[in-house]
Amino acid sequence: MDTAYSAEDLAFRDEVRGFFEKAFTPEVMKRLRSSDYKEAIEDWQKKLYEQGWIAPNWPAEHGGTGWTATQKYIYETERSLAGIPSVVPFGLVMVANVIIAYGTDEQKSYFLPRILKSEDWWCQGYSEPGSGSDLASLKTKAERDGDDFIINGAKIWTTYAQYADWIFCLVRTDNSGKKQEGITFILVDMKTEGIKVNPIISIDNHHSLNEVEFNNVRVPAKNVVGEVGKGWTVAKALLAHERTGIAGVADVKRAVRVIKEVAAKEENGGQRLLDDPGFQQRLADIEVELMALEFTELRTLATQAAGGFPGPESSLLKIKGTELQQATQELLMEIAAYYQGVLPTDLDSNALGHEFATDARRSYMYGRAATIYGGSNEVQKNIIAKYVLGLE
Amino acid sequence: MNFDFTEEQQMVRDSIARFVQDDYDWDTRKAIVASDAGMSRDNWQLFAELGWLSIPFAEEHGGFGGNIVDLSVVMEELGKGLVVEPYFPTVVLFGGLIARAGSEAQQAEWLPRVIGGEMLGAFAYVERQSRFALHDCHTTATRSGDGYVLNGEKVVVFNGEQADHLVVLARTAGAQSDRDGLSLFVVDAAAAGVDKMCYPMMDGQRVANITFTDVMVSVDALLGEEGAALPVVDAVVDAAIIALASEAVGIMGVLNAKTLEYTKTREQFGVAISSYQALQHRMVDTMMAYEQSKSLLFKALCEYKQDPAMAAETIHALKVLIDRNAKHVFGEAIQLHGGMGMTDELDIGHYAKRLMMINTTFGDANYHRSRYIETTYAA
Ligand SMILES: Cc1cc2nc3c(=O)[nH]c(=O)nc-3n(C[C@H](O)[C@H](O)[C@H](O)COP(=O)(O)OP(=O)(O)OC[C@H]3O[C@@H](n4cnc5c(N)ncnc54)[C@H](O)[C@@H]3O)c2cc1C
Ligand SMILES: Cc1cc2nc3c(=O)[nH]c(=O)nc-3n(C[C@H](O)[C@H](O)[C@H](O)COP(=O)(O)OP(=O)(O)OC[C@H]3O[C@@H](n4cnc5c(N)ncnc54)[C@H](O)[C@@H]3O)c2cc1C
Repeated sequence: MDTAYSAEDLAFRDEVRGFFEKAFTPEVMKRLRSSDYKEAIEDWQKKLYEQGWIAPNWPAEHGGTGWTATQKYIYETERSLAGIPSVVPFGLVMVANVIIAYGTDEQKSYFLPRILKSEDWWCQGYSEPGSGSDLASLKTKAERDGDDFIINGAKIWTTYAQYADWIFCLVRTDNSGKKQEGITFILVDMKTEGIKVNPIISIDNHHSLNEVEFNNVRVPAKNVVGEVGKGWTVAKALLAHERTGIAGVADVKRAVRVIKEVAAKEENGGQRLLDDPGFQQRLADIEVELMALEFTELRTLATQAAGGFPGPESSLLKIKGTELQQATQELLMEIAAYYQGVLPTDLDSNALGHEFATDARRSYMYGRAATIYGGSNEVQKNIIAKYVLGLE
Repeated sequence: MNFDFTEEQQMVRDSIARFVQDDYDWDTRKAIVASDAGMSRDNWQLFAELGWLSIPFAEEHGGFGGNIVDLSVVMEELGKGLVVEPYFPTVVLFGGLIARAGSEAQQAEWLPRVIGGEMLGAFAYVERQSRFALHDCHTTATRSGDGYVLNGEKVVVFNGEQADHLVVLARTAGAQSDRDGLSLFVVDAAAAGVDKMCYPMMDGQRVANITFTDVMVSVDALLGEEGAALPVVDAVVDAAIIALASEAVGIMGVLNAKTLEYTKTREQFGVAISSYQALQHRMVDTMMAYEQSKSLLFKALCEYKQDPAMAAETIHALKVLIDRNAKHVFGEAIQLHGGMGMTDELDIGHYAKRLMMINTTFGDANYHRSRYIETTYAA
């Protein structure tokens, strides 16, 4: 029972901190918030690649860092405390893990280096209009035709499909058995004829969501990852990775810090909001839960470090982490008071009033989705009930 | 004891409900919000013809002579349709201040114009530093010749973009946070020295930051007694909070109904998701949140109708409960709609955004909980 950092850990932390201070300039930060987001995040990821830190969770032989669990934890903590966004997960976290675990040598040697260098933008084609929580009921059909599959159907809620070079999809290759059988995991080049991307504007007034239509899209059979009909196993492994990422414990810590900074500047009839007892109690409640969640995460990491795979306990992290994210987003919105509703225009937000308010509104509105995506929190509770508590 | 609405109230309710259903469908509203003015002057004329703009005003000025319950009915129904035409800023705030603080002559000058739909109004009170403390006021009005000169800035003025006339809260004496020394002035929004920076809000409202640079007004512009505006403002704000709570109750009812309907039709795992007890209990909770909100609103209405001063504590409590329950209700509405709830196209998120703005207007739960504690635990 010990979480003290060793001398090497502390040296490592200083190294990470030093790099972030130097590389993550206000200029980079500003670009990431602009309409230039895609190029900005790709450029940032390329910097991490040059530093050799782009994929801490990959095995070293494929370009991972070979860090210990503690080092990974330190890295992640420093990243969020510096206000640096995590990498776009679809390539580097999701599909890469699947290719590493289930891909052919050809797939590994083609895709993995490109993912490391942020040469391809990936998106995730799981959900369909009729198949959200009940993902296994998916209907997008892939029929064998010689060396190819022909795909027909539609995916929805596909984040950043408008930027994507590739989409990893779950498709139905067999209808005869149980719905979990007959699903295949396949990689599709977004430039292929017959793919159409329709934008969906979300309640944060941004365009990140899309519907992706497939009309007789021809994809080489060699793009299947794992065995044909065994895509469900592949998909589930990926979801566990996705969930641990969504918890965002370190990001919540950073949010608490931001709240304290902002609330110290905000006054109510001459009294600092940060000194208001009602406000203090709410923030303290968040911090108490967050302290516990940090150690829940460490326990999960320790299990993983000992060779375990993130399993049902990743559901716990996802539920509690997203609840805390939403609680901090809500508090920040409240600090913004009247300004919380300001929509972005050409006007300088500083000239209007609160600089942080537009960001607060956006992350609050988008943040509603954290309890929906990656398997909704209700579905996570069903998973815990079934696999942890043994209930049917 | 009786919680029934009068026949007249029922008629007003039906008339607004019919307007929302027939003439204010979701696409129409979207087009209005996106239009240059962000509201429809035609609708405003219609509201005048239908008598809705006259509801809270005295009969001698052409009003309907309604009480707080009549106003509540109007706001609840407008809320259900997410009507963006500036009823709240023009009738409840601008009109409310004139009716309460204005001399006979001022009432005779302004109220018929409000009632006739000839003008739009706004109340300029928030300042950058003021947050929810109404008396925290930098803007000054200085005596000069036979009038006053106004200087300062007001922010997030509801209907600030379209308003023809403003009631401005300004300091005629005292220091920034003094409760005395505040005065109200009616100011022509087109007067020299009035500058507006207009911007849209997430709930479809158009607001403005308004600066006053050596704006000259005559003594006739002073509304009520010089230096004694705060009690008047507090009283109008009390009625305004009840009006907003009524709107919130209307919206919560709509969100609950829409969510219930959606879960009955959305199928996952081969069954309607409404068949999951996990979701059923959540919808029972939001139904209870709605009913509790309505009960406290009724208490505030009964007290206010009898004697506005009686309702003071309840109004703080109401703001606390509405804030909490509104968040609960719209949070569940989005969550139970899944991805659909996250889309701008669906109305769910828009109802949520209006509730958020209602929550912050004139103080959020945190603020009113403190005021409640101050007023009830102090003795
Ligand atoms: C912002 C955002 C980004 C997304 N990005 C992607 C992406 O990139 N790629 C992708 O493939 N998908 C993506 N998704 C889709 C996401 O995974 C689905 O929205 C999610 O799985 C829920 O499905 P649904 O929206 O169809 O809701 P539904 O499944 O219809 O659920 C509606 C409600 O019912 C509840 N519910 C359903 N079944 C049960 C049950 N058995 N017991 C109790 N409650 C239940 C849900 O929890 C939810 O509250 C994204 C979604 C959002 C909102
Ligand atoms: C102090 C006390 C006084 C009582 N007095 C009387 C009396 O005067 N006359 C009389 O006839 N009875 C009386 N009862 C009995 C009471 O009505 C039962 O305890 C009650 O109906 C629950 O039944 P149970 O104890 O068998 O619990 P169970 O029905 O076994 O329930 C156990 C738990 O499961 C939950 N549960 C059960 N079914 C569901 C479901 N479908 N969905 C979700 N959750 C569920 C329950 O809420 C409870 O938490 C009394 C009980 C108590 C505790």
